[in-house]
Amino acid sequence: MTHIAHSPTVAPTFSRRMLTSFRQTSRRLPITAKIGAAILLFWIITLLTIQFWAIADPLAMVGRRLQPPSTDHWLGTDALGRDVFSRTLHGSIWSIPIAIVVVASAVAIGSLLGALAGYFGGWWDSIIMRLVDVTVSFPPILLAMSVAAMLGPGLANASIAMVIVWWPIYARLMRAQVLEVKEREHVEAAIAGGASSLRVLRVHVMPLCWTPTLINATMDFGQVVLLAASLSFIGLGATPPSPEWGSMISEGATRFYDWWIAFGPGMAILSVVLATSFVGDGLRDLFDRRST
Amino acid sequence: MLAYVLRRLISIPLLLLGVASISFLLTQMTKGDPLAALVPERMMNNPEIVATVKAEWGLDQPLPIRYVRYLGNLVQGDLGTSFATRRPVAQDIAERLPATLELVIVAMVIGTIMGLSLGLLSARFRGSVFDSVARMFALIGSSLPIFWSGLILLYLLSVRLSLVPGTGRLPPRISPPEHFTGFYTIDALVAGDLVLFGQALAHIALPAFVLGWSVTGIITRLVRSSLIEGMSLDYARTARAKGASERVVLVKHALPNAMIPLLTILGFTFAYLITGAVLTEAIFSWPGIGSYAVRAAASLDYPAIGGVTIVGSIAFLLANLLTDIAYAWANPRIKVNT
Repeated sequence: MTHIAHSPTVAPTFSRRMLTSFRQTSRRLPITAKIGAAILLFWIITLLTIQFWAIADPLAMVGRRLQPPSTDHWLGTDALGRDVFSRTLHGSIWSIPIAIVVVASAVAIGSLLGALAGYFGGWWDSIIMRLVDVTVSFPPILLAMSVAAMLGPGLANASIAMVIVWWPIYARLMRAQVLEVKEREHVEAAIAGGASSLRVLRVHVMPLCWTPTLINATMDFGQVVLLAASLSFIGLGATPPSPEWGSMISEGATRFYDWWIAFGPGMAILSVVLATSFVGDGLRDLFDRRST
Repeated sequence: MLAYVLRRLISIPLLLLGVASISFLLTQMTKGDPLAALVPERMMNNPEIVATVKAEWGLDQPLPIRYVRYLGNLVQGDLGTSFATRRPVAQDIAERLPATLELVIVAMVIGTIMGLSLGLLSARFRGSVFDSVARMFALIGSSLPIFWSGLILLYLLSVRLSLVPGTGRLPPRISPPEHFTGFYTIDALVAGDLVLFGQALAHIALPAFVLGWSVTGIITRLVRSSLIEGMSLDYARTARAKGASERVVLVKHALPNAMIPLLTILGFTFAYLITGAVLTEAIFSWPGIGSYAVRAAASLDYPAIGGVTIVGSIAFLLANLLTDIAYAWANPRIKVNT
C-alpha cells in the first residue's frame, strides 16, 4: 500500500518547471521582465563583491563636505564628506538581505499556518484566520511602526515587525490553494492508501500550491525594500552611520538644497521596486494566467 | 444585501477588539515593562506620577485586570498621555486629524482622476506609445519611495522653480481660518477669504499630488484591464453593431462597468494612502497625525504611537466597511454568502 502514498505528485511543480525548462522559460519572458532580472542580478552581484571593489570607503570622510556631483564623487558628498555613490552601492548590503529574510520568513510562517488552516479546517482554521483578519485590520505602516518602536529601534526588530505585517497575505494565499488542491483525486488516493494527514499535506498537497505564493513573494520583495527604507527613514530601522538607503534619504531630508544626498539611495530603491514588479508580472503571465 | 451589511457591521466591533488586544499586548512588551510604555524615562523617579499612572492603568494588578482596565480606558477615549506634548494623546490626535483627512481626501481625488484618465486613454490607444508611457508613469508612482519623491519634487518645484510654496499648510505667520471643519480650504471659503483659500490650495497641491500619484498605479492598471475586458464582451459588440463609435462604446458602455471593480479597491488604496500620508507629512511638515506618529516613533513616545495606531485602524476598518457596502449596493450579484 505504501507505494501509492509515495507515488509522485501528478502535475509538475512550479520549482520543477522552473528548473527543467529554465531556458525555455527565460525565452518566453517579456523584455521588461528580463530588464528587471538584470537589475536584481546587478544588485546581488554588487552586494556580494563590493568589498573587493576599488571604491571609496562608505564610512570615511573622503572629500569636502556637501560637494555636488563631480568626476571625483559621482553623486557628490554628504554632510560628513562621505562619498554618496559608494554609500548607495554599499546600501545594497543592508536592504537586499533584509528583504530576502523578511519575505522568506513571512512566506514560511504564513504558508505553514495557511496550509494547516486550509487542510485541517475546524478550530485551526478559525483561530488562524481570525488572527489573520485582525492583523490585516491594522494599516501596515502603523503596525510595523508600533511593533518596531515597542521592541526598540534597530534592523532586527524592524525585520520582525515587517514579518508580522506580511505573513497574513501568505496564510490567505496558501489556505485558498490548499482548499482547492485537497479535493483532487490524487489526494483522495493517497489518503485511501493510508498516508498520514501531515504526509498528505507535505507530499501531495503543498507542492502543488506554491505558484501564487512565489509570484506574490517576488512582487512583495520590492515592497519590503520600500517599507524597510521607510522604517529607517523614520528612525526605527538602520541606525547611522550604516549606509542604509532609508536612513541616507533621511539625512538628505533636512537639506533641501543639497538634493544629491538623497538622490542615489532613492534611485536605488526605485530600481529594486520596479525590477521586482517587472519580474513578478512576467512570472505571473507565464504561470498563473487566471489572476491577471 | 441587508444581511450582508449587517454581518459586516457585526464583524467591526470584533475586529476592533482584536486590534485593541494586540495593541495591549504590544504595550506589555515594551522594554519588558508596561510602565515604560506609559511613563517617560526621566519621570520614572517621580513616585507621585508613577503611582498615579499605575492606579489609572491598574499596573499593580494581574494581567487580565490590566487588560480590562486598558479596554475600559480605551472605550472612554483615554489613549494615555503623550511623553512629548504632555497632553492626552486623544486630544493631540483630534486636533491633527483634520489636516490628515484633508490631505488624504485631496490626494484620493487627484489619484482617482489621474488613474481614471490614464486608464481610459491607455485602453483607448492600447499598444501605442501613449499606452506605454501612461502605464510607466503609473507604475513609477507606486514604486517610488514617497518620502523621496516628495523631497525631490519639493526641491525642483519649490526651491528651484518657485512654482509651489514650501512646506506646511499655510505660509509662515499667516493665521488659519476660523475652525469650522478643520479643512483649511473649506474653512477659508466659509470665511469668504479667497486669498487664504488660494494659499491653502497652493500648499496642499504638491503633497496631495505626491500622495495621489502613489495610488495612481493601482487605479490605472485596474481601469485599463477592466475596460479592455469590457470592450470584448457581448454588450460592446451589440453597441458596435448598432453603429456606436469606439469612443462611445468605451465611455458609455465599458466605463460604467469598470466602476464596480474600482469600488472594490478603494479600501485597498486607503491602506496605501495611510502609509503614504505618514511619510508625506514627515517630508512636508504637514501637521497631521502622520507627522505626529513619525515624531512619536523617533522619540519612542509609546502612548502616542499606540494611539495613532488604534485611530488609524479604526479609520482603516471603516473605510473597508464603506467600500464593501458601496460594492454590495453597486453590484447586487454579491449578496450571496460571502
